[in-house]
Amino acid sequence: MNKDQAPVLVCKDLCISYYTRAGEIPAVVDFSLTVKPGETIGIVGESGCGKSTVAMAIMQYMGANGGIKSGSITFKGRDLTQLSESELRSIRGAEIAMIYQEPFASLNPSLKIKTQLMEVPLAHENISKDEARQRAMQMLSDVNLPDPERMMESYPHQLSGGQQQRVVIAMGLLSNPSLLLLDEPTTALDVTVEAGIVKLVADISKKFGTSQIYISHNLGLILETCDRVFVMYSGEVVEEGTIDSLFTWPKHPYTHGLFACIPLPTADKNAAPLKPIRGQLPLPFERPQGCYYHPRCDHFKTGLCDLERFKMVHVENSAADHRVRCLRYKEIDHHREVPGGEAKEAIELGKRVLKVSGMKKYYEVRDSSLRALFAGKRIRQVKANEELNFTAREGETVAIVGESGCGKSTFAKVLMGLETSTEGEVRHNGKEISEVAVRDRSAKQISSLQMVFQNPFDTLNPSHSIGGQISRVIKKFGVETDKKKIFDRVMSLLDTVKLPRDFYFRKPRQLSGGQKQRIGIARAFAGNPSMVIADEPVSALDVSVAAAVTELLMDIQREHKTTLLFISHDLSVVRYLSDRIVVMYLGHILERGTTEDIFAPPYHPYTEALLSAVPIADPEVTKREIVLEGNLPSAMKPPKGCPFCTRCHRRIGDICDNDLPPEQFVVDRHIIKCHIPLEELCLVLPVITVPDVSERLHVELRE
Amino acid sequence: MLITTSTTEMPTAGYGAALLRGLKSFALLRESWVGMVGTALVLFWVLVAVFAPWLAPFDPNSSIQPFAKPGVEAVKVGGTFWLGTDHIGRDILSRIVWGSRTVLIYAPLATLCAYTVGILMGLAAGYRGGWVDDILSRIADIILSFPVLVLYIIIIATIGASGINIIIAITFASSPGIMRIVRGLTLDLRNRDYVAAAQTRGESDWRVMLVEILPNARGPLIVDACLRLGYVIITIGVLGFLGLGLPPPDPDWGGMVNETRQMAMAFPHMTLFPCIAISTLILGFNLLADGLREISLRD
Repeated sequence: MNKDQAPVLVCKDLCISYYTRAGEIPAVVDFSLTVKPGETIGIVGESGCGKSTVAMAIMQYMGANGGIKSGSITFKGRDLTQLSESELRSIRGAEIAMIYQEPFASLNPSLKIKTQLMEVPLAHENISKDEARQRAMQMLSDVNLPDPERMMESYPHQLSGGQQQRVVIAMGLLSNPSLLLLDEPTTALDVTVEAGIVKLVADISKKFGTSQIYISHNLGLILETCDRVFVMYSGEVVEEGTIDSLFTWPKHPYTHGLFACIPLPTADKNAAPLKPIRGQLPLPFERPQGCYYHPRCDHFKTGLCDLERFKMVHVENSAADHRVRCLRYKEIDHHREVPGGEAKEAIELGKRVLKVSGMKKYYEVRDSSLRALFAGKRIRQVKANEELNFTAREGETVAIVGESGCGKSTFAKVLMGLETSTEGEVRHNGKEISEVAVRDRSAKQISSLQMVFQNPFDTLNPSHSIGGQISRVIKKFGVETDKKKIFDRVMSLLDTVKLPRDFYFRKPRQLSGGQKQRIGIARAFAGNPSMVIADEPVSALDVSVAAAVTELLMDIQREHKTTLLFISHDLSVVRYLSDRIVVMYLGHILERGTTEDIFAPPYHPYTEALLSAVPIADPEVTKREIVLEGNLPSAMKPPKGCPFCTRCHRRIGDICDNDLPPEQFVVDRHIIKCHIPLEELCLVLPVITVPDVSERLHVELRE
Repeated sequence: MLITTSTTEMPTAGYGAALLRGLKSFALLRESWVGMVGTALVLFWVLVAVFAPWLAPFDPNSSIQPFAKPGVEAVKVGGTFWLGTDHIGRDILSRIVWGSRTVLIYAPLATLCAYTVGILMGLAAGYRGGWVDDILSRIADIILSFPVLVLYIIIIATIGASGINIIIAITFASSPGIMRIVRGLTLDLRNRDYVAAAQTRGESDWRVMLVEILPNARGPLIVDACLRLGYVIITIGVLGFLGLGLPPPDPDWGGMVNETRQMAMAFPHMTLFPCIAISTLILGFNLLADGLREISLRD
């Protein structure tokens, strides 16, 4: 990074509005940004804060109803807002490239990778096809894709999600742009794949000298990729600064609120629970007077914060470009509230509720190709679950962790009775359920095992009212039969999930994502379940909403002593809320144990890689870097020996390829499935190192 | 309906709210110009059908004065033949007015029957999949592979021409098409989490299909129903024209065209006015469908 060079991009007092039938909607207000050559800028904020609008404005690609109201965007000395459409076309793709969230939507499925890559230099430069081909090949190896020759001849569907995103990044870099915009480039990818992409993004500016703007809702990812960060709230920047200054000494109450919402390694569900920001993001046309954040701020002062708009100010005694939009930042002492919300009591664990022993689930796939007919292999087996063993007790939270395709959803389906197992048994409250379909279960059995679903926009039926949907569950399970009593029960459930009672009459489309998820929780708890399966219940929600929903789920759990089976791929959330963790990969349990066991050596090599892949938004936490090579193997053709052998960084030899690893007992209920001797695994260094409280920077400064 | 106090009352009458919602979505239609024209045309014919006894100047089946041109005075009984009379001397205006009753009773009934069968088949095929889907889809393919007209002639020729039989024939011929639409929508909707939620609380298959899935498919189905209503009106007209419609002498627009088509060169009014009646009604339903689609795409 060269500080003296002229900036690549300067946005000055930018105001962007959308014009709709309802009138003008100011999406971004008073946005200023300077990007120097080779610098990576992070823009972080919750959905609806205007971060994607900024990216679109820089591309000058606002759609029919968007427009820049005032301010300027200067790219290398030229004001982009004044350029004609054809001048813009020569800049887009050549000098400013953009990478979108979903790689499979950014590539044309009917064209070969080579056609799509070569198109970029051919369109923008006057070069021959051979040269374009050379450049494309070179770029594919620069983004660490194996076998560029084969990649060039492939169609997008033949590549995995991570490979596709690498191709998209290669395409963006091909014309050697000065500025690369990345809009949530890893959201659609698995954690271990995400780690690889994040490392690539971080290397780009070193390798190519490209400036980048990285948009994300994940503070941890921003920390790992960026030099400077902008925190946006409701269309305006509330705080900006270098990674070090902003992450170590955040000044704005909103930035603080965000940090209190994410499960950092210092958070603990009992001693230091998450502290959700109260209230909701205001709609663009309902923004309050003065500071937009004041209705949700704990440090609000009447007659100061709610009067008029104010500019960003430089933070005294901090780095040169640390600025904040808060009038009271000097008076607020954030240290007093550092350990998050109020401490809560831990639940006492009770009797065993769930016992899974040797459960297997195989699917049969009929192959109707001619080749299969001749070979006599018409039916192939997909082993979705292989020998699952674990137990859960009353009041306990057990997390099942694994990437997509590891078989965690199949297991949930067997538990819920939507599928029956192939072998083995699952006992819930002592009763065998793995071979009983939901239709054959008693109402009591069904109501005692319920589920919270992943997608808040899909979990409620849009055609029926909230009250009707919850009432149906109560009626179906026979909790109450009298109409009046059912109604009262719905009301008390709405109180439990902290929603207003008149939501009874609302339709799902009138609710926000977080509210819908709360109704989903109310529905699951309507029949007083002894166990609830939560399938990534907060992964689609914004951080502050996710924190509130997580806390709500745990409060209800505490009250009802429910066993929670938490399915997730996000280890930071899992570490925060679960007592025990089951790590799955390709249908196998590779490691299981208490949360402390899993997060400390000895690790299974896959657990080690998963831990390393989790982005942590704390600059003082150090992580050992392990990036997995290759892709998840197909469940149709799993490796013969250890399921993880194709990607393992600690592979010891042929034994891994040929033999299924044994279960090694570390202590009671902590088991690792690996060929490497336990003694050797014990010598591995911890992946995540959290500094002691006394060693922390901000503590020193305080004294 | 919004109650903000914490002592929320139990809902007593849901019908009032439902009616209000229906009126609101109708108010939305006012924003679509095309939809408004369609509604006006359809409403016009509905009113004509309802008030037929008061609107028709003469008895539609009595022979009064043959070959009268439009606007001719009725000599024997008094009054004017505004649209003329046919070759047997029946007043064309009266026949069109009464004929609208036939069309507006049989077309919606036939469409409703076709939809009931098509929806049930489509839901079963899409939701259950497997052999149920295979069998139902193949049956649909076989029916759809016949030219529609041939199919109608075979059916009506076999079971005879009557109002009920027209409904049966139309149901048989158009339910496979509806089934395909419903099946496609079901295939998408059955993977939603709310369907999984219903399954995991042990709801019966039919309840899942009819209560959880079907209401969410209503948007495209309502639009399709309006279009299909238009086609059914054409079909009824065509059947009448082919002599396979309602048995005479009751007035039937298709039949009127058929009876007078040989005289169309000399007396164009005898065929022209029934044709205009048919086309305006079909146009009305098609425009209404366009309007509904426009609104459904908007939000």
